[in-house]
Amino acid sequence: MMKPWSNDLLVVEDLDKTFTLHLHGGLRLPVVHGVGFAVRRGECVVLGGPSGVGKSSILKIVFGAYRPDAGRILLADGDGFLDIAAASPREVIRARRHIMGYVSQFLRVIPRVAALDIVAAAAREAGLEAEAARGRAVSLLTRLNLPERLWPLPPATFSGGEQQRVNLARGFAGDHALLILDEPTASLDAENRNAVVELIAERRAGGAGFLAIFHDEDVRARLADRLIDVTAFSAHEAA
Amino acid sequence: MTTRAYNFAYLDEQTKRMIRRAILKAIAIPGYQVPFASREMPMPYGWGTGGVQVTASILGPDDVLKVIDQGADDTTNAVSIRAFFVRTAGVRTTTDTSEATIIQTRHRVPETPLSEGQILVYQVPIPEPLRYLEPRETETRTMHALGEYGVMHVKLYEDISRHGHIATTYAYPARVAGRYIMDPSPIPKFDNPKLDDCPALQLFGAGREKRIYAIPPHTRVVPLDFEDHPFERTKFDSACALCGATDSYLDEVVTDDAGGRLFVCSDTDYCEKRQAAKRKDAAE
Amino acid sequence: MSAALLVAGGICKRYGAIQACRDISFEIEEGEALAIVGESGSGKTTLLNLIAGLTAPDAGEVRYRLRDGAVRDLSSLSEAERRALMRTDWGFVHQDAARGLRMNVSAGGNIGERLMALGDRHYGRIRAAAARWLERVEIPADRLDDAPWTYSGGMRQRLQIARNLVTSPRLVFMDEPTGGLDVSVQARLLDLIRGLIAEMGLAVVLVTHDLAVARLLSNRILVMKGGEVIESGLTDRVLDDPQTPYAQLLVSSVLAV
Repeated sequence: MMKPWSNDLLVVEDLDKTFTLHLHGGLRLPVVHGVGFAVRRGECVVLGGPSGVGKSSILKIVFGAYRPDAGRILLADGDGFLDIAAASPREVIRARRHIMGYVSQFLRVIPRVAALDIVAAAAREAGLEAEAARGRAVSLLTRLNLPERLWPLPPATFSGGEQQRVNLARGFAGDHALLILDEPTASLDAENRNAVVELIAERRAGGAGFLAIFHDEDVRARLADRLIDVTAFSAHEAA
Repeated sequence: MTTRAYNFAYLDEQTKRMIRRAILKAIAIPGYQVPFASREMPMPYGWGTGGVQVTASILGPDDVLKVIDQGADDTTNAVSIRAFFVRTAGVRTTTDTSEATIIQTRHRVPETPLSEGQILVYQVPIPEPLRYLEPRETETRTMHALGEYGVMHVKLYEDISRHGHIATTYAYPARVAGRYIMDPSPIPKFDNPKLDDCPALQLFGAGREKRIYAIPPHTRVVPLDFEDHPFERTKFDSACALCGATDSYLDEVVTDDAGGRLFVCSDTDYCEKRQAAKRKDAAE
Repeated sequence: MSAALLVAGGICKRYGAIQACRDISFEIEEGEALAIVGESGSGKTTLLNLIAGLTAPDAGEVRYRLRDGAVRDLSSLSEAERRALMRTDWGFVHQDAARGLRMNVSAGGNIGERLMALGDRHYGRIRAAAARWLERVEIPADRLDDAPWTYSGGMRQRLQIARNLVTSPRLVFMDEPTGGLDVSVQARLLDLIRGLIAEMGLAVVLVTHDLAVARLLSNRILVMKGGEVIESGLTDRVLDDPQTPYAQLLVSSVLAV
């Protein structure tokens, strides 16, 4: 069992996950087994492996969106560590507000809410006052090259790339120590990918830690401090 | 002469006792609406049956009765009710406010100040001040019981928002003895101050709604208002055309079809006394 | 009771042969939004009425921490205390706005009523407060003197919300707040509710059959069926990774657009 170092933001130990499909006669789908790794401050850890191996699932388990069957997810919390796997919903909510953020692969939108408001709301959620939140939203959307004319519009009609930039801005709106990113640049062109990479690099330089899945080799090369091949943890049974 | 077919004042003695019990309860809890078993009267609902039942229950052979309707002794309602009591009780009647021991009134308080020992009986159509906003009886009873009167001010708020001022000009709600809020019957708000600290006993009877309430003598009765829209007594621009009074409630009388109008005292007894005094002065 | 605002312990309620709620326990803290989801007959509305003190449980208790810090069993509150709580520290947003509004009273009167009930006697100030709230729930200012029977469904719901929030309650119960509204209206209303919850730090107990609404507004969720809590936890966890057969059924049954 790994002992967490003071520089560790996240220590994952012995995670197991199996889906049980009760609607299909209790069919069991093992996903991962014995997952273990750590993410330190100022470090970008990338999960690699073929599609379907369980990378996204691990991210979701760390964030608390999936329930692991076993294992610990130790998140640096003040002077100690909080085990997300055993934490109460309340503790996880608090952790998400102040410590760890998540950028999903696709933006799940609330209809009819403007892009700027979505990002500003995330900033307020993280503790900023209304004015400051709005300011941060403006600066993030600017950095991510989202055209200003789109800011007052709801993202439902945006292109995939535009939606993803809103999603990213929302994810970066707080001051989270750990950011979990699931294919953040998948639908972006080179220029916008670059903007994202710079944003991540900047935050990393400021001490934030990243746990990410990058599809693009180039991005991976520029950002990954360590690459973890999830195939090692794969629990998919042979048919 | 009493018609022997009727008990004194029409109602049987047991009914009178039942109503007197309700009256005592009402006096004990000023402003609280006491339910009572309203009887079938020989006049339809809406014609003062509540007031008539209260008067009938407290009337004695030595009482002197005055009946007014909108301040006048000679309008239909007043004439009929007075005749009713003459027929069924044989009591002495009068138009002189100061002479009467019991005054039954529809929609006005006499101008002449009342004195101790007199009883003023009001005819009440809708006793519930909250009814306009809250149609459920179960709810209004609870509101009175718990003293939840926020909604009463909502009504006044609505008035101001619609008319710029509290437009309620009659049946103006008031708080009795600092506790219950009551509807003083459709008297003009001009009369509201007369209810406060009145030396006479004031009784309110609603026959159709089956409620009796009371204001004991010398009780505080405060009309509701807002800090920035305080209760204001109605003022008239003119004086009475007949007696010159500037301190009484005036009725508007249309005199011709060319827009001619007169303002005269609504309280006929008050006006006539003043006119008689003026004539006496003029003669001397 | 620590930081909990409302604690329900072992609540049971039966109507004749039907066990509407079986041994239900949970807690709500300040600023938390809890969704109670389930299909018709799950008992979710009964549960809401029980914890809002609108009906009494057959067993179990509901305890609430008042503003002064005292913890009271709801069943020990007098009628006066309970009604006073409903007017000040609590809100209740009904699915049908007409149930939660005075339809013949102007918007200003509706919003100002709680203030007047608490003794506010200055027309100007009451009106100004009502106007501010109208703005906050995004109803045009010129509708202040209009009665809600002239309003659209969405506006009525906003007015109902304003009427409830004017006394800055700490706990708001919502029963299908967007049910029955047009889809286009729902979206803005949900965003308004979400914003107000965040801004005012409201604790919310929300009953809904709509999982999307639960996901949007709540951070914790109880899934009910047949009077029991089948699964509970973090909203996105329960909806993304349901563990129980019924929760999986519920989630998989939702149509995606």
